[in-house]
Amino acid sequence: MNPPRPRPKLDEENTAFWTGGAQGRLNIVRCGDCGQFTHPPRVLCRHCQSENIEPHAVAGTGVIDTMTINHQPWAKGLEVPYVIARVALNGVPGVYLTTNIVNSPVEDVAFGDRVRVVFEEQDGIFYPLFEKVG
Amino acid sequence: MASKEAYITGVGQSEVGVRLPRHPLLLTLDAAREAVAEAGLTFEQIDGVFSFPGKANGYLAFSPVGTDEVIEALGIRSKWQMGAMEQPAQLAAIAMAAWAVKQGICRHVLCFRTVYEAGGMADPAQYMPQRSETVSGASQWTSPFWATSAACWTAQYAARHVHKYGMTREQLGQIALNASRNAMLNPRARAITKEELTLDRYMDARMISTPLCLYDCDRFSDASTVVIVSAEDALDEVTCRPVRIAAMSGSVDRYSWDQAEWPAAYDAGRDLWQHTDYTVEDVDTAQFYDGFAFLPITWLEGLGFCEKGEGGRFIEGGTRIARDGELPLNTSGGQLGAGRLHGFGFAHEAVTQLRGKAGERQIPGDPKVAVATSGGGPLAAALLLARD
Repeated sequence: MNPPRPRPKLDEENTAFWTGGAQGRLNIVRCGDCGQFTHPPRVLCRHCQSENIEPHAVAGTGVIDTMTINHQPWAKGLEVPYVIARVALNGVPGVYLTTNIVNSPVEDVAFGDRVRVVFEEQDGIFYPLFEKVG
Repeated sequence: MASKEAYITGVGQSEVGVRLPRHPLLLTLDAAREAVAEAGLTFEQIDGVFSFPGKANGYLAFSPVGTDEVIEALGIRSKWQMGAMEQPAQLAAIAMAAWAVKQGICRHVLCFRTVYEAGGMADPAQYMPQRSETVSGASQWTSPFWATSAACWTAQYAARHVHKYGMTREQLGQIALNASRNAMLNPRARAITKEELTLDRYMDARMISTPLCLYDCDRFSDASTVVIVSAEDALDEVTCRPVRIAAMSGSVDRYSWDQAEWPAAYDAGRDLWQHTDYTVEDVDTAQFYDGFAFLPITWLEGLGFCEKGEGGRFIEGGTRIARDGELPLNTSGGQLGAGRLHGFGFAHEAVTQLRGKAGERQIPGDPKVAVATSGGGPLAAALLLARD
């Protein structure tokens, strides 16, 4: 049994990201003026500094840009190995999420794999994990 | 009066150990005494104290000593002090000291980095972070996915290099093997490297986070390293052989560790050569940050010792980076072989080699130019040091 995942401290900037999974949404901050995305979420657009920003539900699919198979149990009881990946989100240029690839044996996960978000809920936080598509 | 150039006039280092009983402030004193003695100075002549990252009150093992305490304990009459984490990596503290003496603000600046990351674990109540219910700031984007350590983040850079450019484990392993060989000749590395690492043992080592194995990760240690930076117009006060800070560069990206193609070592590396007439051809020895074994690869590529993507092949077999090779690398053993001194060890070793004082590990010839670096991922700083 894995220990509980470290819990993000919710604030004005990050709440939509960490709780969007309740509605099945992967929310990434998008600028209402220039249309570009800012992640980690901020109260302004990091591309044009507009304050006209809001969380936008993106497709929740992506591609594994890089990945590592972690073998070190960083917490007591943490089950290893597991995959840490950086996912390039489809339709969200420049945004990469560090996440875990779940529901496949670690040896079946590879660079370039297409993945989609699956939310894991823990006490009101919806962790966006990813699984292989097809 | 403004001074044209800045020089390193003294370097010092405490004992380096794992769970040393000696208090970290006393380790700092040991290193400071050695450094000022080497420079031929006294504490009365020091007029600035700079450090990275300053005292880390929430995590004293990481940085147990602040500039305030050093100023007080050593009786320094300081005109300027600086201890800051928000800098482009550890060696930036030395770069800031160089600016201070160039501007005529200070004449002799004591720069230090003290670590107590091994001893601190033996006394968690005093030295380790308090358990927190939540994570915030940058760590909220990694810790919830058990990407807990910089080992995981650096592994993602390294894995991409393996995937895109074909770096092999045998190639990457040369960083740790070279470090181990050099550490065996470094008396201050005895607590960290007890026997020479073999390729077989490297290949059999347990994985931490692919492609990084146990020997690709540096080891927590207890130590202090001090570097004295002096103004050109104060050199008549020193008795040592000064080493000029010929150029310095830094680069800061977001602290997101998601720089897919272009970690900060590439910008800092290229920028370094914009500030000097020296070229990569002139470098006699390289002391590259190796908190994880992949980082020297980024520095080799970033500074232009080889093309991007060629780092693995550049170090293949290890002869090129050996002490008698064309680019002796991490001749003290680096952090992999000689302990996690956290950046300052590279400046210390570069100066030691340029002065011909490295004992059994001294590189041949008459080295005149060295590069020392720190960081490499989202943050990077480089110093070009010359005995000219």
